[in-house]
Amino acid sequence: MHELSLIAGLFDLLEEKAGPYSGAKIVSVKLRVGRLSGAVPELLTTAFDMYKKGTQAEEAALETVEVPVRVRCRSCGAEFEVEDFVFHCSACQATDLEILSGTELVLDKFELEIGEEK
Amino acid sequence: MKRKEVEVLEDLLSSNARAAAELKRRLLERGVLAVNLMSSPGAGKTTLLERLAERLAPRFRLAVIEGDIETERDAERIRAKGIPAWQIQTGGACHLEAKMIGRLWPELPAELDFLFIENVGNLVCPAGYDLGESLRCLLLSTPEGDDKPKKYPKAFQTAHCLILSKTDLLAHLPFDPERARKEALEVNPRLEIFSVSALTGAGLEDFVTFLLHQRQKLISPHA
Repeated sequence: MHELSLIAGLFDLLEEKAGPYSGAKIVSVKLRVGRLSGAVPELLTTAFDMYKKGTQAEEAALETVEVPVRVRCRSCGAEFEVEDFVFHCSACQATDLEILSGTELVLDKFELEIGEEK
Repeated sequence: MKRKEVEVLEDLLSSNARAAAELKRRLLERGVLAVNLMSSPGAGKTTLLERLAERLAPRFRLAVIEGDIETERDAERIRAKGIPAWQIQTGGACHLEAKMIGRLWPELPAELDFLFIENVGNLVCPAGYDLGESLRCLLLSTPEGDDKPKKYPKAFQTAHCLILSKTDLLAHLPFDPERARKEALEVNPRLEIFSVSALTGAGLEDFVTFLLHQRQKLISPHA
């Protein structure tokens, strides 16, 4: 389980990006989790809830959106979703595929609550 | 209270990716073939390295970085072969990260042909972390079973080569090398697959030849 170190990386990013809004509360965080990212959404949520205590995101909820593995065949140009981790072109059976999505683990966006006085 | 949305679109592993790219640049500059060895615990990574040390050390300059949660044992085994070795004790972490290798960089010999990095025994977590290697090598030992590629797709999908290890045990196990090979190639059609017994030495020569060829490609890519 390396989700805790991934979440530590997430909090580094949040700290950097929320820096200009010091004092503001982070209320939601959205992650895109590729099926081939090697991370498990449920464990990311557990790690997030452990890690957030005492941070700017203490009350934030983590939303994870699973991203399927999509590829493009370099031989025939077909684009398709990889099923059962078979990396062969479903149209022409070629094996030279470009991965378009599904390996990422991306902080999409987060939402802040900013005090009225600002 | 008003709400503000901040779009980021940055990968959580981007700081590791930057550290890995910097390491890779330095390794290529020095003409070092870096090999990241991954497998479950006990698949035979250290024993394979001992055999490689015997085969390569007379002609090439080798160094080894060992990753383990605790103990210095693996580095000691490699040093016993006369190869400089560094042990990273992760203290609980289930994988190596590029910055851990980066911290060791100043200590590595300036003149080097091969750097072997033995990752923490684990088929899941290490696969997510680029260490700046040119070659990612996965070991699957015959006692583990031939059904692993689909169970651990990330490790198999990101590897360059697969070593089916402990082949000397095949006669005693239900392991079907053809099934393992077929499934691994479904997950990753570009995989180079080797069958090796570090105990008897069977198949070792093919893998050594492959390593030498990979290093040759690295130092003279247009030859």
